Amino acid sequence: MTARRSWPREGSTRLPYWVYSDPDIYAREQERIFCGSTWNYVALEAEIPEAGDFKRTFIGDKSVVVTRDSEGCVNVVENRCAHRGVQFCQQHLGHVREFMCPYHQWTYDLSGKLLGVPFRRGIKAQGGMPSEFSLAEHGLRRLRVACRNGVIFASFAGDIEPLEQYLGCEILQLFDRVFDGRQLKILGYSRQLTPANWKLVMENIKDPYHASLLHVFLLSFGLNRADQPNRLVIDPSGRHAAGMTWRGEQKRTTDNAEMRSLLEDLKLNDPSMLDPVKEYERYTIVLMTIWPNLVMQQQSNTLAMRQVITKGPAAFELAWTFFGYATDDAAMTQRRLRQANLMGPAGFVSIDDGEGLAFVQRGTSCATEADGVLEMDGCDWAQETPHAVTEGEIRAMYEHYRKVMEL
Amino acid sequence: MTALRQESPAALRAAAEALYAEYLGCLNEERFEEWPDFFVERCLYKIVPRENFDRGLPLATWLCESRGYLKDRVVSIRKTSVYAPRYIRRIVSGIRICGWKGDLLEVRADYAAFETLLDDLTRVFNVGAYHDLITVEDGRLKFQEKICIFDSMLVPNSLIFPL
Repeated sequence: MTARRSWPREGSTRLPYWVYSDPDIYAREQERIFCGSTWNYVALEAEIPEAGDFKRTFIGDKSVVVTRDSEGCVNVVENRCAHRGVQFCQQHLGHVREFMCPYHQWTYDLSGKLLGVPFRRGIKAQGGMPSEFSLAEHGLRRLRVACRNGVIFASFAGDIEPLEQYLGCEILQLFDRVFDGRQLKILGYSRQLTPANWKLVMENIKDPYHASLLHVFLLSFGLNRADQPNRLVIDPSGRHAAGMTWRGEQKRTTDNAEMRSLLEDLKLNDPSMLDPVKEYERYTIVLMTIWPNLVMQQQSNTLAMRQVITKGPAAFELAWTFFGYATDDAAMTQRRLRQANLMGPAGFVSIDDGEGLAFVQRGTSCATEADGVLEMDGCDWAQETPHAVTEGEIRAMYEHYRKVMEL
Repeated sequence: MTALRQESPAALRAAAEALYAEYLGCLNEERFEEWPDFFVERCLYKIVPRENFDRGLPLATWLCESRGYLKDRVVSIRKTSVYAPRYIRRIVSGIRICGWKGDLLEVRADYAAFETLLDDLTRVFNVGAYHDLITVEDGRLKFQEKICIFDSMLVPNSLIFPL
């Protein structure tokens, strides 16, 4: 890549708009971030409970298959036949004894080991592979795998720190709050294709400033507002973050007079949708970003993984996996399903984000000479912030990003 | 109509076709305030990705368990949600009466919804099937249950208006 892009002189308080649309930047992100030293979320173990189960997913642009082999171990392999590059697995989820590429029927076991090549010895002593051809050298590309309390991450990096160290102790504690070792139960999937750069969704979650302004629904029902107690945590590297809030009063005060979208007279016709039960200590909402491809959501009783899948510089798929615990009773499952109305492509809250990010993409892609302003709460960032009126999490993410991208 | 069971197959078919025409007319003309009136009070309305339906997973992309829920969706469309202006046009085809579930008429139909955004060409937005249960209330056919199961798993960004 040419070095024609340089970051604005002001540094962390400016965000050049070319980061959202430049194809060279996108190509470098694939190489350095998604195929670089990162742990990428790929699946929940509950999606592949039995030996032979698999899930096909993506890390950046690359398709990968998460499998459980006959020993019960989790493997992640690239979905690309070692022979001619065929994407051999075409289903989201399934169960197999082995993988067979449809093109020339090369077969692999669930850990990616090449088992057989048809006509390897030729036919009637004619043709075939050279005698020195070694099956062991032509397996599927295997990724490093880290599992923690039912959550599976994978990495293309040859050498990477353990997941726990990658997350840092504060983020790890919040991770373990939801994933405490209890068996999970998958409730279902939702997928949306948003016409915006993938980084915008990470920024969106790292931006508590917008939540009180854009989301009329959230704030009118007192689910999340800037004048409620808030706590933000960033890992020491700046790449992961978590925002915590807990429910407060919902009255107009001098503090929230600027939140013009507040509709005080709004009442739900059927309040059963919002009938949360306290499940965890202290916080009612914890939204975490785990760099580079996961948003972990605990919003009252809805639990979801939002996996970010890049689709070129100007689009991403957001793949939502909603889940609960195997021990949930019918009432808790129903509660999680009802509250899921807030999230996903038809979410009372999430609609605003998907639409808003598309507006950002439209505004910035035709103005790559211009920069965004990130001055809310100063020009640097802190590992701990006791309020939501800040853009520190976004500045932290881009500080890390610029190091990795050499920008 | 008072009791569906007493109607002839031809009359049921004609009534069902009229119901779908009215229903889509209401939505396509964006008379969303009238939309909840197509349902009985204790209704079930869901929009479900086919992958969840096929695997028996309970999550819906959109779930309404009463007429009140439907009204809350209308409030959200009109007052709280932020979205780009658009038209959604729904077409229904292949309305078929599948039988009875108690006194409820079981009807299935195929639908397609097209989305038009201001600066873009019209695109296919959502394609699927209605799995419905129909009853009579106040002399009018109404949905007890309407499940929209969509094949097009990847939603083009946002699903804001009902199907």
